[in-house]
Amino acid sequence: MSPEWTDGNALAGPLGEVFAVDVTTAIGTCVGCGRTGLVAEVHVYAQAPGVVARCPSCDTVLIRMVRTPDRVHLDLRGLTSLTFPL
Amino acid sequence: MARAAVLGRLTWRVASVVEVRAETATARTLLLDVPGWPGHLPGQHVDVRLTADDGYSTQRSYSIASAPGQPTVDLTVEAVEEGEVSPYLTDVVGPGDEFELRGPIGGWFVWRSDDPALVLLVAGGSGSVPLMAMIRTRAATGATAPFRLVYSVRTPESAIYADELRRLAADGAVDVTLVHTRRSPTGSARPPGRLDAALLESAAWPAADAPAVFVCGPTGFVEAAATLLVAAGHDPARIKTERFGPTGGAR
Amino acid sequence: MAVVSRGFRGRGRQDPALPPGQYLTEDFPVLSAGPTPRVSLDTWELSVADEVGRSRSWSWAEFQRLPVERFTTDIHCVTKWSKLGTSWEGVSLDTLLADVETSADHALVTSYGGYTTNLPLEDLMDGKAWVAFGYDGEPLHPEHGGPARLLVPHLYLWKSAKWVRRIQLLDQDEPGFWESLGYHNYGDPWREQRYWED
Repeated sequence: MSPEWTDGNALAGPLGEVFAVDVTTAIGTCVGCGRTGLVAEVHVYAQAPGVVARCPSCDTVLIRMVRTPDRVHLDLRGLTSLTFPL
Repeated sequence: MARAAVLGRLTWRVASVVEVRAETATARTLLLDVPGWPGHLPGQHVDVRLTADDGYSTQRSYSIASAPGQPTVDLTVEAVEEGEVSPYLTDVVGPGDEFELRGPIGGWFVWRSDDPALVLLVAGGSGSVPLMAMIRTRAATGATAPFRLVYSVRTPESAIYADELRRLAADGAVDVTLVHTRRSPTGSARPPGRLDAALLESAAWPAADAPAVFVCGPTGFVEAAATLLVAAGHDPARIKTERFGPTGGAR
Repeated sequence: MAVVSRGFRGRGRQDPALPPGQYLTEDFPVLSAGPTPRVSLDTWELSVADEVGRSRSWSWAEFQRLPVERFTTDIHCVTKWSKLGTSWEGVSLDTLLADVETSADHALVTSYGGYTTNLPLEDLMDGKAWVAFGYDGEPLHPEHGGPARLLVPHLYLWKSAKWVRRIQLLDQDEPGFWESLGYHNYGDPWREQRYWED
């Protein structure tokens, strides 16, 4: 286990500036290994110039986010889809 | 599937300190007035942003300690040694001071008072904060779901909310088991030591009862506790965890 | 716009010698986009490839036989911390590129673990860049990029790819991991080139 990551709850704040719904309860599928799981359970690396979320199984980058003074850049290509409960 | 909290996008608000309360030698609760606060669920956290007068700015996350519906939003902060933010919040901040705050954050690591399931709370150190919000919410709403708390602390004096937990336990609101890892209370039957399978078995709900499990604390504690829980037969899908990241109480 | 909190002093200190917007730090923060790769020296390899596909590589043993430079420099992270007077040991990119004949203008650097960053080839030459394997008199720790990292001190530190494994010369610029997501393509701290719009 690498101690450098924290869990997907750490995405809720940064992504909460963009999404009107909480993202941690969404379910996504990893484009690398096909694992389907809760965003709350991804491995988040936030000690960086941006936030990176990786698959808990295969470490594929699922979500990347950069916050600049007046923008958010978001890359979700590591998830084949996201399903939000409403 | 857990219902998402439909919140609207998060924005920064100004929080002002109404009162500070010492909890332990190193932990303090800040009672905050946050105009426009939309309410929260127990288990959620806030991001706190501090800006110095030279423009330097940094952020940390802290779990909400209070139940919803109170006049203040309370955060309990444990000072991390050599920390940049937590010692400021525990030693410097006082009534009237302000900082920026964003929240409530997080829709997964939450307890809803209409959930009838048994609840098992497993806390390590300051991981007790969001779990205490759940316990307080149960009391405030009159919910009857049975609660058990297993709380791992270094020494008796480092247990946050010790008096309140004693009172709640005496009232039958929650069963509390403290696990002392460095020093036990005088006369304690159990020598100091980490949470283990035997202690979990005696203190926690049996896996067969399918409790909703919430584990919170430093990463190492959460990993160890989650491993013990799964080994004891708890369904991993019923275990929710929140780890405090590399900067101590911060994420 | 930001609310100043009475009595809060961050760890960083301002200093007129620093690039704009930077704060001086005494420690050495560890930032990473992923898990620390654990690379065994038995299998470690560094390769340099040109724009037509010719490449050459060094094993750790071969790499250690190259001429080594010891130098002291300042480093600047886009997250606003700067560290002055850091001591390194490494092989100059001039040494690694000595036998490369190329007309390419761009480089894409790849790390173990998949991180990438791009720079103009000329920013890797003429004593401006190294593959560093020693920091502060000791072997470079994995959390800081060991066994070896790229070090390009005149640009923001995200260009100094940790766990470097390959330098690919290209005719067309290819934005790397952070450059493709909002960070400035060049990244000069003295012109405060942090983001795309700078």
